[in-house]
Amino acid sequence: MTTHAVGDEEHFAGSNKLFISIWVWLLLLTGFEVFLGYIQLPVIYMLVILMGASIIKAALIVAYFMHLRFERLNLVLTIVPALVVCICLMLLVFFPDSFRAKALRSTGPPPAPAESR
Amino acid sequence: MATEAQAIAGDWGGGVHPYRVGHRKLGMWLFIMSDSLTFSALLIAYAYVRASNVWPTPFRFYPSIVFSSVMTLVLLSSSLTMVMAVSASARKEKSKARKWILATAVLGATFIVLHMIEWRHLISEGLRPFQLPAEWVEKWPGSTPLFGATFFGITGMHMFHVATGCIYLLVVAGRVNKLNHEDVEISGLYWHFVDLVWMFVFPMIYLLSIYPKK
Repeated sequence: MTTHAVGDEEHFAGSNKLFISIWVWLLLLTGFEVFLGYIQLPVIYMLVILMGASIIKAALIVAYFMHLRFERLNLVLTIVPALVVCICLMLLVFFPDSFRAKALRSTGPPPAPAESR
Repeated sequence: MATEAQAIAGDWGGGVHPYRVGHRKLGMWLFIMSDSLTFSALLIAYAYVRASNVWPTPFRFYPSIVFSSVMTLVLLSSSLTMVMAVSASARKEKSKARKWILATAVLGATFIVLHMIEWRHLISEGLRPFQLPAEWVEKWPGSTPLFGATFFGITGMHMFHVATGCIYLLVVAGRVNKLNHEDVEISGLYWHFVDLVWMFVFPMIYLLSIYPKK
């Protein structure tokens, strides 16, 4: 059993109606993503839009389903910025390097040297 | 609490839990942070390997995209049932909470069954962790077998989390009378995390590799 310290009230904000509406939004965003895949948008647009939509979905799940919106601000600030910074660091280090690796990809055998007379 | 200053003094004056959450809930949040970084590392490594290689895009709308969309729907609904469970638990309605938790576990098991069927489609075509099917090598010459490794690795890791989550939920459902509300909330946090990871895995692995129409 957890010992309850002073002020440790079990606040539970958020009605069932709110949760169902968040669920509907998540379904709509997912449907939008699948639709974009169906109409075969070019990959670069797909990537940007899908990542944006995924971040919005993640924010909705973390804020409402995982209840972080109703927790103390210091908990939010402990969890979220650290994760964002780590992920951005990984992206910054690796993504440009993937373009370097792409440029190194072989495009076939080298052209035969021209014979000079 | 009359003023913000009083609230802050109340927080750090001793006798309260830091962040106003119990130690078990804080522990689950710290675990979720570390597991998020694990999945981020896996997905960024996948993105790196994908950007720098010839990559097959073999997922036809039926069966792959349809199956994975249904799987997404199932997982989102399981998050909703979990939220309902936590809501019932907050109102001390233990038997209702148990029913909602069991519904969540059933939806999680459905996700795993659908995913295994999806894996079977691909394995029967000839996809292995280090080998592509012959037709794919023809269609996308020079494509890397890393497709198989990243696909099975990332979706397998996620499926493992769903499976452990189902077991966790079944234990919580069985013991819900002895557990307090915070423990039900904590299992809910884990389950929503699993759903959250799928929100990234589904677009990055499936929607960006749809079979071209032409």
